[in-house]
Amino acid sequence: MFVALLVLLCLTGSVFAQGAAEQAKPEIRVLLANHPYGELLKTKIPEFEAQTGIKVNYESLQESQLTNKLTTEFATNSSTVDVFMTRPLQEGLMFIKNGWYKGLDKYDFSDYPANSVDIGRKDGVAYIVPLVTEWQVLYYRKDLLKKAGLSVPTNFMELEAAAKAMNKDGVAGFASRGKGAAAVTQLSSYVYNYGGRYLEGGKAVFDSPEALEAIRFYGKMLGTYGPQGVTSMSWENVMPVFQAGKAAMWTDASVFYGQIVDPSKTQIPASDIGIAQLPRGPKGDAPFIVVSWGMAMSAKTKNQDAAQKFLDWATNKDLAKEGMLSNITMARDSAWADKDVRAVMNPGLVETQAHAAKNGYPFDRPFMSSVGQARDIIGEVIIESINTKGTSSKLPALAAEKAKAVDELLKADGEYGL
Amino acid sequence: MIRQGFFERNLRYLFPLPAVIFVVVLMVFPVCYTFFLSFTDWSLTSGKPLNFVAFKSYVDVLKEPRFLDALGRTFYFTFGAVIVEMILGIALALILNRSFAGKGVVKTLLLLPLVATPVAIGIVWNLFYDPTIGILNYVLSVLGLPQSGWVSETKSVMPSLILVDIWQWTPMITIIVLAGLAGLSSEPYESAKVDGANARQVLFKITLPMLMPTILTAVILRAIDALKTYDIIYAMTGGGPGYASENLNILAFKYSFEYFRMGQSAVMLVFLFIVVMGFSLGVMRLRRAFEL
Repeated sequence: MFVALLVLLCLTGSVFAQGAAEQAKPEIRVLLANHPYGELLKTKIPEFEAQTGIKVNYESLQESQLTNKLTTEFATNSSTVDVFMTRPLQEGLMFIKNGWYKGLDKYDFSDYPANSVDIGRKDGVAYIVPLVTEWQVLYYRKDLLKKAGLSVPTNFMELEAAAKAMNKDGVAGFASRGKGAAAVTQLSSYVYNYGGRYLEGGKAVFDSPEALEAIRFYGKMLGTYGPQGVTSMSWENVMPVFQAGKAAMWTDASVFYGQIVDPSKTQIPASDIGIAQLPRGPKGDAPFIVVSWGMAMSAKTKNQDAAQKFLDWATNKDLAKEGMLSNITMARDSAWADKDVRAVMNPGLVETQAHAAKNGYPFDRPFMSSVGQARDIIGEVIIESINTKGTSSKLPALAAEKAKAVDELLKADGEYGL
Repeated sequence: MIRQGFFERNLRYLFPLPAVIFVVVLMVFPVCYTFFLSFTDWSLTSGKPLNFVAFKSYVDVLKEPRFLDALGRTFYFTFGAVIVEMILGIALALILNRSFAGKGVVKTLLLLPLVATPVAIGIVWNLFYDPTIGILNYVLSVLGLPQSGWVSETKSVMPSLILVDIWQWTPMITIIVLAGLAGLSSEPYESAKVDGANARQVLFKITLPMLMPTILTAVILRAIDALKTYDIIYAMTGGGPGYASENLNILAFKYSFEYFRMGQSAVMLVFLFIVVMGFSLGVMRLRRAFEL
C-alpha cells in the first residue's frame, strides 16, 4: 500500500516538474471566435510563433460560448486567458465594470475611427482594439426585382411595395430576423430611420411613438411578407432560406455578403444577388454601423509582454488588409484606403460602407451591461408585433411595460440616467 | 497481539475514501454552494461584490411570470413525454417479448435513437421541422393536410419537442421493461392458463402488476431526466419562439450565462432541485407500496 502511494506521488511530482520546465518558454493562451477573422488568424499563428518564439495555445469558440467561457473564467478568478476576441457592444461594459480587460495605454489607435475606439473606452482608458465593423444592408434578388418591373427600393414605402410584388410562388417577399432577442439588432436601423432610439440618456425609450411606428412596420413586413416561422429565425435560419431562393429581399448585417454569393453555398447565381444600402425611413437614414468584434487583453495575464506582442500582431495593418481581401470588413481606416483592396472589393460593399460610415449610428442594441436580458425583453415586443402583422392594439402598453423593465435593469446595474 | 499499521486498522475508511471525496467535491459541494448563492444578489452585470440578501432573490424570482411559466412547462413536458413513452415502451416490450423473425434487427434499430447525440438529434429534427424547407411540411402538403409551424410556432413548439423526446427515449423504457419481463416467473402464467384466463386478463391481472416495480423504476429514471431536460430544447429552439419552450433548466441557464444574474439563477435551480427530489421520493414511496 505504502509503496503504491509512494510511486503515485513520485509520478505526479514528476509531471508537475515537467510542467515547470516548459514554463521557461513564453506561452500564451488565446481565445478566438468562430468568425472569418478568427479563422484567418489561426492560419497565421505559426508565422507569429516562428518570428517571436512565443508559443500560442488557441481555442476557437462560437460567439455566445466564447462570452460564457470568458465570463465563467474571469468571474471565478481562475482564468489563464491572455488575449481574446470580444464583442464590445455585447459584453464590453460588463467586462470593463468588472475590471476584466487590461487598459491598452501603449496601443496606437490613430488608424481607427474615433467612435469605434470610444465604445471600449472608460474614464479615458481604452480597453478594446476594434477588429471588424459591420453595418446593415439590403440584400435582394436582381432577377425577381426585374421581373416585377421595379427598381431597388430606396425608402420604406418602396420596400413594402417591392415585398408585396415579389411575395409569390413560394418565395417570401421580405426576410429579416424575427427571433426576439436576435431581431433587436436588425430592428435597430428601422427604429433609427423612424427617428427613435432604444436608449436615450440612460433610459429606455423604445416605447416612444417613433420607435413604436418602427416596430409596427417591422412586424407588418415580416408578418405579412416574411417566411413561415419567422419569429424563431435568427440569421442562421434566414440565410439558408435566402440561399435556397425562397426570399426575395433580406435586411441584415453586411458580413454575410461573402457567404450568399459563394457558389458552393447558394443556389442563386451571384449575378442575381444585389446589395444595397438600407432604405431610408420617414425621419432618418441612419443604418447601424458597429464594431462587431474587437480584441483585448486579460487584466489577469501573467505574460504581459508576450500578450502585448500577440495583440499588436493580431491587429496589425497587413493582417487587416488580408482580412479585407477575403471579404472581412475590417475596422482600420488604412485597410479601406488601400488601393489593392479597393481594386477587388465588391463595389456594393464599398458604397454601403461609405454611406453607413457617413450617416450611420454606432449602436445596434441597447448599450448596457444587462444587454442580453434587455434584448429578450425588447424581443417580446417585436414578436407581438410580427404575430399581429404590426396591428396589435396592446403594443403601446406592452412596449411601455417592457421599457420599464429595461429601466429596472439599468437601475440594478447602476447605469440608469447615465 | 498482532500489531496493525495505520492503513490496516483504517482500511474500512480508506477504501471508500476516493468515492466519498468524489461525491462531496462534485455533488454535495455544488448543491450547497447553489443554496448559498440563492441567498445572495450576485450579479456580474452590476460589477459589485455579492451581498447576502436573505430571501430577496426568491421573492424576485417568484414575481417573475417567466419563472412560473417555465415551471408549468417543465411539468407539461415531463408528463406529456413520460406518459406516452411508458405506454409505447411497455407495448413495444410486450410485442418484442415474443419470438419472431428479425427480432434481433428490430431490437438493434430500436437502440439507435438512444445512442445518438442530443445535439445531432436536435439539428436533424430541426431540418425535418423547418416550415419552409423541411420534409414534414412537405409530406403534409402532399397528403393535402394543413401545414404546421412545428417548433417555430408558440402553440406547436412544446408538442413538437415532446415528440422528439418520445422518439428518443421510448426505446429505453422498452429495454428496461424487457429486462423486467425476462425476470418474471412462469408459474402464475401456468396457473392462469389452467384457470382459463384470457389474454387480456393475463396482461392486466398478472403481467402488469408483476412488472409494476420495474415500470416505476423506469418512470423515476425517465421523469428525473425529463424534468431536467436541457440539451434537446437548447439545441432545437433555445427556449423560443419568445419564451414558449423555456423549462426551468433553460431559464436558469439563461439567467446565469446570458443575463449573469447568478443569485436569481441559483433560486431557480433550488426550485428544480426540490421538484426533482419531491417527485423521486414520491415515486419511490409508491414503488415500495407495490413491493410489499
